Amino acid sequence: MNSANYLYLSALLFTLGAVGVVVRRNAIVVFMCIELMLNAANLSFVTFSRINGNLDGQVVAFFTMVVAACEVVIGLAIIVTIYRSRRSASVDDASLLKR
Amino acid sequence: MIQLAINTGVTQTPEAILFWILAPLAVAAALGMLLVKKAVHSALLLAFVMVTLAIFYIAQGAVFLGIVQVVVYTGAVMMLFLFILMLVGVDSSDSLTETISGLRPIAITAAFGFGGLMMSLLGRATLGREAIGLDAANANGNVASLAQLLFSKYVWPFEIVSALLITAALGAMVLAHHQREIPRPTQRDLSIARFRSGSLATAAGLPGPGVFARHNAVDVPALLPDGSPASASISETLRARGDMKDSSIYQLDQINTAVEEEK
Repeated sequence: MNSANYLYLSALLFTLGAVGVVVRRNAIVVFMCIELMLNAANLSFVTFSRINGNLDGQVVAFFTMVVAACEVVIGLAIIVTIYRSRRSASVDDASLLKR
Repeated sequence: MIQLAINTGVTQTPEAILFWILAPLAVAAALGMLLVKKAVHSALLLAFVMVTLAIFYIAQGAVFLGIVQVVVYTGAVMMLFLFILMLVGVDSSDSLTETISGLRPIAITAAFGFGGLMMSLLGRATLGREAIGLDAANANGNVASLAQLLFSKYVWPFEIVSALLITAALGAMVLAHHQREIPRPTQRDLSIARFRSGSLATAAGLPGPGVFARHNAVDVPALLPDGSPASASISETLRARGDMKDSSIYQLDQINTAVEEEK
């Protein structure tokens, strides 16, 4: 099978994640879409690792996973903090600077 | 032969069958993630996408990474997501109405542009040589080869990333730590507040859920003397979620009092 198919899938998932970040309003769903984008990037890394015949891509995918875990931990803590003070998890409600 | 199949794109290998079954499912799940209304459903669909990707990793020779994907992503990260979702409240479902006018058509157009760009780029790009495959790199076993790479060539990024992880854990603790500005009201304070609220109706506490001995589940509101359901008798969360049963069918005058013949 042509390895490029995985790259096409990766591009498609990345695009869907990007649309989700823009379109959805719930902060947690936005975060999940970011996770989808990171996962799509990981799929690219693994595929290129196979195409190039070395494991560097897989190591980079590991680092991406760690960074994604950090991002989730901090992001969810921020969401919980905002929810505590504003009773809302919508990204549109955090618009104090606009007024 | 396998190399030939890889290069000519013949869809006969088991991996190709796996790909063409799972890839459309993954795309459908990712698309569903954007379209479903409830955040919990989004989380479940994302977990499905992640498991699919784990299978793809294993199919591509990244065995350890596939297992880590299941354990870390679908295990830890998605559980964290669901945990926060429950903490923030599942009733805060996403309103799909757009608040910035014209955002959605612009986003979808931009997505088509971006996706088309990526696709055409991938279609036109050539590596100039054949795909090598991981058989040589995985000769000592995937885990051993990865460990060797991780602790030799990538040891400095590894240390940096571990520092990042510790910082993130500390930051999460600082952010999640919550100090009360006002002391927690005691039972005495609450009782005094109830009696001073002006109405004696709430002084004795809220009514409990359930109707007589017929149906005492927490989602069945108690009946007031006039037969209307007392919405104060069930939890606020259930009310907000709309998980309220109609309790009017349990009224006393609705009961079939005819004694049935027993054998």
